[in-house]
Amino acid sequence: MKLVLSEEQRQLREAVRGFLRTASPLPKVREGYDPQVYARLNGELGLAGLIIPEEYGGAGAGLAELAVALEETGAALLPGPFLATSFAAIALTGGAAAGQAAVPADKELLAGIAEGRITATFTETELSCDDGTVSGTPAQVLSGMDADVLVAPARDGGGAPVLVAVELSGPGVTRTALDTLDLTRGQARVVLEGAPARVLGPAPESGIRDRLCVALAAEQLGVMRAALDAIVAYAKIRVAFGRYIGSYQGVKHKLADMHCKLEQAESIVRYAAWAADEAPEELPGAAALAQAYVGRACFEVARDHLLLHGGIGFTWEHDAHLFYKRAKADEVLLGPPRLHRARLAQLVV
Amino acid sequence: MDLAEYRRAARAWLQENAPSHDDPGADGVARAKEFMARLYDAGYSGITWPERWGGQGLTQAEERAFAAEARDYVLPTYVFSIGLGMTGPTLVDRGTDEQRERFVRPLLRGEEIWCQLFSEPGAGSDVASLQTRAERDGDTWIVNGQKVWTSVAHHADWGLLLARTDVDVPKHRGLTMFVVDMHHPGVTVRPLKDMSGRSNFNEIFFDNVTIPDEHRVGEVNDGWSVAVTTLLHERLSISAGVGMGGQRDNPASFETLRQTVDTSDPLVRDELVELHIRSRALALFNQRLAQETRAGIFPGARGSAAKLLLAELTLFQADLATRLVGPESVLADHPLAQAISLAPGMSLGGGTNEIMRNIVGDRVLNLPPEPRVDKTMPFKELKVGTQE
Repeated sequence: MKLVLSEEQRQLREAVRGFLRTASPLPKVREGYDPQVYARLNGELGLAGLIIPEEYGGAGAGLAELAVALEETGAALLPGPFLATSFAAIALTGGAAAGQAAVPADKELLAGIAEGRITATFTETELSCDDGTVSGTPAQVLSGMDADVLVAPARDGGGAPVLVAVELSGPGVTRTALDTLDLTRGQARVVLEGAPARVLGPAPESGIRDRLCVALAAEQLGVMRAALDAIVAYAKIRVAFGRYIGSYQGVKHKLADMHCKLEQAESIVRYAAWAADEAPEELPGAAALAQAYVGRACFEVARDHLLLHGGIGFTWEHDAHLFYKRAKADEVLLGPPRLHRARLAQLVV
Repeated sequence: MDLAEYRRAARAWLQENAPSHDDPGADGVARAKEFMARLYDAGYSGITWPERWGGQGLTQAEERAFAAEARDYVLPTYVFSIGLGMTGPTLVDRGTDEQRERFVRPLLRGEEIWCQLFSEPGAGSDVASLQTRAERDGDTWIVNGQKVWTSVAHHADWGLLLARTDVDVPKHRGLTMFVVDMHHPGVTVRPLKDMSGRSNFNEIFFDNVTIPDEHRVGEVNDGWSVAVTTLLHERLSISAGVGMGGQRDNPASFETLRQTVDTSDPLVRDELVELHIRSRALALFNQRLAQETRAGIFPGARGSAAKLLLAELTLFQADLATRLVGPESVLADHPLAQAISLAPGMSLGGGTNEIMRNIVGDRVLNLPPEPRVDKTMPFKELKVGTQE
């Protein structure tokens, strides 16, 4: 089990962190998705191709590396379709172990994602597939307005589960932008009525959802880390009753508890990413644990970081609510959190 | 020997030598000493400690491999837990070569039992305000005072003693660390009964007890920095479970409960899931700290976060277990009655939860300190203990 980052992974973290610090600083995230930043993220750092096999132009890395990147994009509250594209890449590489060939290989799509030419998203809503077209109504597609391609599970005419790819700007597709709580990342309602689709191959029997859980937990780890860093920094400069507020035990002890949550969340994310890459038999339990613990912990830390800011944290202008809202949106992104707990109960009780 | 081989050998040795779970455990201390001697002879005592002082000079990897194999046994090493987890590592870090030569090997061989003499009736969380005096008399020191909450002192041969050697300077600057002979005339050990009814800790009285100067650890009036070393080892060893039984024996653990309660009830299932989540979260954090240590990143004050989480988990799981099991859990001979009685101890011993939060806040998050008068005022002018 590997719970500590390797030298290469630390370098990756520094590179992504350094890039985002200048390319997507916090004051910029309210402007929303910037395709130029996304292009550079992929052009300079190759992030979208991290887990795509080398034969398709990716880096052939594992979920452990993707987790490092997602932690940083989460900490920066990076707007746009990076998480969505990562979800699609996870679906396209199936349950395959790190660096191995995708099960439903689509060279053009994988290469396009790896190069940053194509942004993609994924829905768990099953579509019906008939004669090269698909129909269905995924109600809340992550980054659905920003993505070029939707990857989704579908049933073909014979009732067999397949994975399909749909051009979202193509015919038979109606997209409606949804007003979302999270100002930094949108969703769309997508109506597919006989939209042309490519059948990529049989849907992987297992592993997609578990790996989505791990990827999301990595983003949540970044969100909670950044939220804690922000309130710790503020507690060192804000004065009340003649003292820095961080010197009061009422504040200090809460921050210490938040740190404890962060330490445990990081340990779980490293473990779950390792399980995804190296120990598939442990992945289901690790993935459910990751969402059950990290999803909740992320929201609690974001909530307390907002509260400890005092009144300023409740204002529109302050960034605290951006973290709070991203944390809430993430907590319920893969369904009501009770699903993760129920899965865990099924696996371990 | 590669790690897998090491682990196989450890497994074989434990199968042959470790007592089984239902061993009645009569004559505890004699049996523990005999077991430690065999552990030492087999090369499993002080696995990571320097070879020069009797250790094996191996890495955390071997220690973890052995610990993983030992999880299935209850090793009778409790009376050595203070020596192995706290006082021994302190002597290895801060003792003189003569002290290391004299004390470390007999500890690892199970010949001598150690206790730690820091807390006093007036100095618990604020241990640096202790009042036990050590006064110099030529080449010896004369000790008078009282210590409390001292685990295994009633079996101990040696104690690591923190005493005040100067009252005219601020409290942290007038302390010195010593090794004291617990069999010396003038040392009185009185067992204290804890809330579970056990007597595992004691109060100790020192009445003109002499200590030779060569048993001083560190410089005169530099005892606080030595104590900080000990306390760091204490928190790490508590959170890593040194000298403690595995979770298998814990009547409130997830593993035990899922065998004993009605797991078809969805409410019970959700409570068990919560326990599983918390247990795994802490176990993985401890494993990560161990891996970091192996990679050369010393966890330092982050060990206090692990200790705090263990204290909270211990209370949470005993509390949950009694609620799941119901009325029979409060009958005195039910293991959970003992578990719920012992559970608060983890939140108090080795530093209270509030002190752990202060440490995490001050030393991990580097938050501003609280304003305090006790760092600059001479000790003799300071209010200490309980004042009406």
